[in-house]
Amino acid sequence: MAGAEPKVTLDLARGLGLTAEEYDRIIERLGREPSYTELGLFSALWSEHCAYKHSRVFLKRLPTSAPHLLQGPGENAGAVDIGDGWAIVFKIESHNHPSFIEPFQGAATGVGGILRDIFTMGARPIAILDSLRFGDPADSRTRRLIEGVVSGISWYGNCFGCPTVGGEIAFAPEYAGNPLVNVMCVGLVRADQIFRARAEGVGNPVFYVGNKTGRDGIHGATMASATFDEESEAKRPTVQVGDPFTEKLLLEACLEVMQTGAVIGIQDMGAAGLACCTSEMPARSGTGMDIEISCVPQRETRMTPYEILLSESQERMLLVAERGREDEVRRVFAKWDLDAVEIGRVTKDGALTVRQHGEVVAVVPVDALADGPRYEKPISRPSWLADLEAFDPLTLPEPDPTDALVRLCASPTIASKDWAFRQYDQQVGVNTLVLPGSDAAVLRIKGTRKAIAVSTDGNGRQVFLDPRRGAAMAVCEAARNVSCSGARPLGVTDCMNFGSPERPEILWQFAEAIEGIAQACRALDVPVVGGNVSFYNETLGHAVLPTPVIGVVGVVDDAGRLATQSFKAPGQRIALLGPEAVSLGGSEYLWAVHGRLAGRLAPLDLEMERRVQSAVRAAVGAGLATAAHDCAEGGVAVTLAEGAVTGAAPIGCDVTVPAATRADVAFFGEGPSRVVVTVEPMRVREFEALMAESAIPWRWIGVTGGERVVIRSGSCVIDVAVDRLAHAWRSGFERHMA
Amino acid sequence: MRFGVVVFPGTWSDCDFHYVISEVLHQPVKYVWHRDRNLADLDCVVLPGGFSYGDYLRAGAVAGKSPVVEALGEFVARGGFVLGSCNGFQILCEGGLLPGVLMRNECLQYRCQTTHLVVDNVDTPFTRGLRPGQVLTMPISHGEGKYYAEPDTLRALKARRQIVFRYATGDGQVVRAANPNGSLENIAGVASETGNVLGLMPHPERASETVMGGTDGLLLFHSLLGTLVEDGTFLKR
Repeated sequence: MAGAEPKVTLDLARGLGLTAEEYDRIIERLGREPSYTELGLFSALWSEHCAYKHSRVFLKRLPTSAPHLLQGPGENAGAVDIGDGWAIVFKIESHNHPSFIEPFQGAATGVGGILRDIFTMGARPIAILDSLRFGDPADSRTRRLIEGVVSGISWYGNCFGCPTVGGEIAFAPEYAGNPLVNVMCVGLVRADQIFRARAEGVGNPVFYVGNKTGRDGIHGATMASATFDEESEAKRPTVQVGDPFTEKLLLEACLEVMQTGAVIGIQDMGAAGLACCTSEMPARSGTGMDIEISCVPQRETRMTPYEILLSESQERMLLVAERGREDEVRRVFAKWDLDAVEIGRVTKDGALTVRQHGEVVAVVPVDALADGPRYEKPISRPSWLADLEAFDPLTLPEPDPTDALVRLCASPTIASKDWAFRQYDQQVGVNTLVLPGSDAAVLRIKGTRKAIAVSTDGNGRQVFLDPRRGAAMAVCEAARNVSCSGARPLGVTDCMNFGSPERPEILWQFAEAIEGIAQACRALDVPVVGGNVSFYNETLGHAVLPTPVIGVVGVVDDAGRLATQSFKAPGQRIALLGPEAVSLGGSEYLWAVHGRLAGRLAPLDLEMERRVQSAVRAAVGAGLATAAHDCAEGGVAVTLAEGAVTGAAPIGCDVTVPAATRADVAFFGEGPSRVVVTVEPMRVREFEALMAESAIPWRWIGVTGGERVVIRSGSCVIDVAVDRLAHAWRSGFERHMA
Repeated sequence: MRFGVVVFPGTWSDCDFHYVISEVLHQPVKYVWHRDRNLADLDCVVLPGGFSYGDYLRAGAVAGKSPVVEALGEFVARGGFVLGSCNGFQILCEGGLLPGVLMRNECLQYRCQTTHLVVDNVDTPFTRGLRPGQVLTMPISHGEGKYYAEPDTLRALKARRQIVFRYATGDGQVVRAANPNGSLENIAGVASETGNVLGLMPHPERASETVMGGTDGLLLFHSLLGTLVEDGTFLKR
């Protein structure tokens, strides 16, 4: 072994993020002290990021089966069957820590990583969605982060050639020191041609393909498993550097080599790089792997085995091919000017053996690496919740409701995000039927009558006040967005963004949120196909709002029957579907107008949610709903305002909303299971008959038309020119970025 | 008419053009690899959008020196048609088949949005079915689409009526507010002197089906195929 390596001690292990107990466990598993290289392998694969040490015990509670499920959690991504021989592969992942340290490359490589997760499954990526959270955009430091993240996403996704069709951007001071960058990718594959990350067949060759290995990103997974402090800037070398052009070549080469039939299994080298692939792939297949590290293509000199194994250089894959067909693999990668180097063989001994010029530098059972520690750490309900719940929003003064609506439309969280979306290619692939800016994006499936609808959602304020209900509401809202497009939700992917799990209050938030997601998924009959947990989103002891971001994919059988959120013509009837119960607790109104985050959430009836979504889908599917828009941040008043201002031409409305304890509750109160629908006058009877069948509460609330948005509740009236709302909505976020 | 869609490393509108030509226009079409010099069996070569070679040097600069682009000179000389969109336009400029150059957008950001184009010259094979001053709607998607040419070149372009499309408002006004990238005189598309090479930054393939938001992109193909009558309506098949 190399002489210059540091001596392995407990202190060294600690420095690499392992605990004393974990270090003892490594010695126990190996029956000896680990070498320096072996210690590196354990430190990366046993990091929170790779091993899900604190979360796995909770994640077991998520429902992960359904008749149409083709691949659940445990692979690079999940997959659902949409019929006609096609499957949708999708997953969401976070790149929060790298994006805070280096926003442009952090976000770019976040896109790159999730794209690879999709095309390693054999699927061609057809859509990207980004769920972003930042502090106040009025702050120049936050603006720099937003600009960096958005241009990083734009650069990588546009150059690669996958459209960015959706996602959301929300703002709260709790994200100022720790922005969230979650990226979801959706791919299309023949249902019988899904590839998996397996290393089967003893003696089969192991190929390293794609970009060369450098020193970038070493210990990235370990970095993502710690909180930030003033020294975080010094962690910049742990952020990887992306190359979307090479990724595009890798995509085409991988899909082409898969068509040869010579590929047994393939995995993306993401977090913990080569170390992760060479242990996880054989661990899944009950095999081992023997690799010669000096064969790995390198772009820096004198790299040690430790560095090569742990590098997180981008745009690389590990591929196991069928013995005797090596030349077929080499030929395809040569065509695309990419490296494809045989670095080892699949073995039967269940061990990862790493050699350097023939000399063994590490021998570790793959099970020991892949099966990291699992903790069941203490959880406790945060003491701060009692005060927050006791707060009564009705003790606050009631502002002029028209001014409040204008302020809400101009609130950065609600306002138009066109500033970001116009930097993203939204149409490459010519599939995008509904562009960003509606409840869900819709993409057609060429060669079929079908389309898919995709949406992401997650309201950190609601989850902060009530993690279980708030997380359940996030699932409901993402699924409702998909239903409002006319699509039937098929699967969920979740990205759990939380503070440090070593704090019992944070772990309680996480456990409750998982329970809420599980309940909602069961009630709506959608499985969780996979996802990602991002802990340690803290800077100087301040955690982000607990933010589960939920991605939902749904299918529409007839792509000709879709709905979007904007009013289409004057003179159409407006209906409000769903229950009347709403609350100002945790609402955007309470924050944007009163600067408060407190109160209780509205009740959530999951059975009601299911029925409302089913009714909306039926209305859209029957061609009865000319617009359908979920009531979310800002309550029914903002829902109506968005319907008025987001169409090709603004259209006003005159509406009377259900009364409540106070007018601001009626206008701006938020509650689940509510949808605004517009109906042509000719089809009112048909719509009423359909609603009668659906057994949900609903009522006509008004009519579209005119140049003003008029919303009444009792004697209180919002009355504002639609142009004024449109201006507030268009400029609310962009005025900070110009 | 036999179409070839060129694929460079990093091209991404190739599949979209292929789809529109074969599934919407029902014309024979094949992919042409960037190392291929043999264009003998083609009538029209399409250079699609994307980031050829990553556009890490200048957009289109490396592709402009590729074997397939070198072969285009002879193809054009014998009367073949060439349509370059987005990166394809950049490649045609870098390869010397069209005058001028495409620079970084004035806003220094990528732009993906709908644009309106007013037609300046209806005497090219790609625009002969259009009316002078007709306004077309097509999306753009690029970071380097700011057209620039030296004053002498611009004068020559005007004298020879090589400026084919300009960014305009929906009612055809060529004004600064309608210019999405800072292009010189709102230039969005330019033809060769002979007219059989056309480059434009917008994406006609993304405006070729009603479900995608419009069909104005098809008008270029129908002009080329001669399946248009003068008032811009499609001839019945």
